[in-house]
Amino acid sequence: MSLFSIFNVSGSAMSAQAQRLNVVASNLANADSATSANGTAYRAKQVVFEATPSANNSSTGVKVQQVIEDPSPLKQVYDPKNPLADEKGYVSMPNVNVVDEMVNMLSASRSYQTNVETMNAAKSLLLKTLTIGQ
Amino acid sequence: MLGKLDDFLRFNETALSLRSQRQTVIASNIANADTPGYKARDIDFSAALSSAMSNTNKDPLKTTAGKHYPAPPQDGKTLPDGTPLLYRGIVQGSVDGNTVDMDVERNQFADNALRYEAGVTLINSQIKGLLAAIQGGQ
Repeated sequence: MSLFSIFNVSGSAMSAQAQRLNVVASNLANADSATSANGTAYRAKQVVFEATPSANNSSTGVKVQQVIEDPSPLKQVYDPKNPLADEKGYVSMPNVNVVDEMVNMLSASRSYQTNVETMNAAKSLLLKTLTIGQ
Repeated sequence: MLGKLDDFLRFNETALSLRSQRQTVIASNIANADTPGYKARDIDFSAALSSAMSNTNKDPLKTTAGKHYPAPPQDGKTLPDGTPLLYRGIVQGSVDGNTVDMDVERNQFADNALRYEAGVTLINSQIKGLLAAIQGGQ
């Protein structure tokens, strides 16, 4: 019954989008974290999605293949009062682009909503199927 | 008698099964709307239905001369019942190579769901008709 596999497909997409939203939340929360556990400024994190076709090709889910650190250079802010400032008075600040992250957040939440609706549609189709012969 | 009942219901049953598989394919497209490089897929419903009903001639269209139009591009992937999975035409390409157009997919998803429900209604009325015939209108 292939309608049941829609729950797996949409569920995998929902968990992938939720992880993306989680990463966006981390990035926004740490947009000003000049230092972290390893002593350097926080680097923005991004998820990489990967399509996961089922064995018989009938459905394709999605998963987070890896979470990468944004390799773009850290922002240099002139702030000689900061204890983290180098000898020229610059502090390395996170390379989080707040506008990008807001766009990511909107995109992730819209995709999540769409998959919830997909799942609801599959559920109502299955319930309708159960009424055959009644 | 049972064979005749089977034949009576077969068309709508096959259509419902194909509709549910198409629904899964479209749900996969929607799920992968943000996956880089993912190509949207779909099936040719009427071809799949007539092929499933006749159960013959499952070979794809062959070209025997240079001026023949080629069959739609495909990578040989099929559904479990042998229906070829085609690629959807690109409406607006994106930089990451993803060809899912959410408007098209949502449209097709709703359309397919409605036709599935119509199929359920049809099969129900067929069963009602059978019951009326069996019970002789009592």
